[in-house]
Amino acid sequence: METINAEIFTLTYGSMVRQLIADYEDVEEVNKQLDKMGFSMGQRLVDEFLAKSKTQRCSDFREAAEKIAKQGFKMFLNCQATVAGWNAEGTECSLILEDNPLTDFVELPEQLQGLKYSNLLCGVIRGALEMVNMDVECTFVRDVLQGDEVYEMRLKLLSSSPESYPFKDDD
Amino acid sequence: MQLQDHLPLQLHLHEPGLHSRPVMPARGAGRECAESCMDYLTLELVHHYRDAQQGPSLQAALDAVGERVGRQLAERYARDRPPLTEPLEAMKWLCKEFWGEVFRKPVDNLRTNHRGTFVLRDTQFRWLWRLAQNQMPPQLGLSLPPAVPKTELAADYLVLPCAIVRGALAQLGLDCSVAADAASLPQVDFTVVLAGGGTGGAGAAARGAR
Repeated sequence: METINAEIFTLTYGSMVRQLIADYEDVEEVNKQLDKMGFSMGQRLVDEFLAKSKTQRCSDFREAAEKIAKQGFKMFLNCQATVAGWNAEGTECSLILEDNPLTDFVELPEQLQGLKYSNLLCGVIRGALEMVNMDVECTFVRDVLQGDEVYEMRLKLLSSSPESYPFKDDD
Repeated sequence: MQLQDHLPLQLHLHEPGLHSRPVMPARGAGRECAESCMDYLTLELVHHYRDAQQGPSLQAALDAVGERVGRQLAERYARDRPPLTEPLEAMKWLCKEFWGEVFRKPVDNLRTNHRGTFVLRDTQFRWLWRLAQNQMPPQLGLSLPPAVPKTELAADYLVLPCAIVRGALAQLGLDCSVAADAASLPQVDFTVVLAGGGTGGAGAAARGAR
């Protein structure tokens, strides 16, 4: 992977969030837009991930979550997440980030406490998984910017449709 | 004028007056991330504002986003160097150090009329070098979409880089306008026109502003 100085990315992201706040004047709407933008980014980024990580097909959701945490975050953001908090059915888990480059220069003022600053990441994960036929819900449940110890994204598998050979052509 | 002929003299002086404001915390300094993160983000920024039903125009929004980024980056990169007091010095710093950090390689050629107009030529402008015409027909059997002139193709994607450059120069005390010409992609020419013909020194203006 070609790498760059992360502050260019971090500052551009910050400036973008600021602009969205000015555009929508509503924190909930900003959260929604960040997720939506992330979703399109995830749809594109998954190709690069699959090509460059030389990863094998994930057999199940559990493996996919591990791959995102161990390889995905490493590859793009140069940090690592851990997977924890599985439910009994293996359809829900948490991705825990102790370190999040997106928030390097960020402090949230009081009136923006409802802002999910890093919500883009949820969208990216959702978009990337959608491209491998896993429909998920992804939301921030803990955020260092809101005073928590770590960043935690709750990941919930809604449905998955493994493709089997012979692959169906697009309708 | 070739940029390479005029290497700026590196002096290890520090003038407290110019950079005494507290800069951002060092948390995260030196960290790296994938270059493609930035590609996806800038692409999505353009798409978002192109499709937005409400709010500011793409031009206005990306101008604001880019100018903030340019200012912040210039503040960080120029922090530990002596102040740039002449517009030409500031431009050289922009072409070498700043460009090298943000756009991955220095500007290839810098020309000026010595009256406040500078043309910065990047023969391989990194942020746009993968930009290509859509070569898929809209439907199987239909003909290819008509060729879009490169200038038009690149226009939306150049708003952010132009604004970043403008922001960086503003941070150095140089008010200017920046326009880009992408007629021969991946070569891009950036034309910087300083307000007031660039007569005031960059450093003097910066000091006056604080």
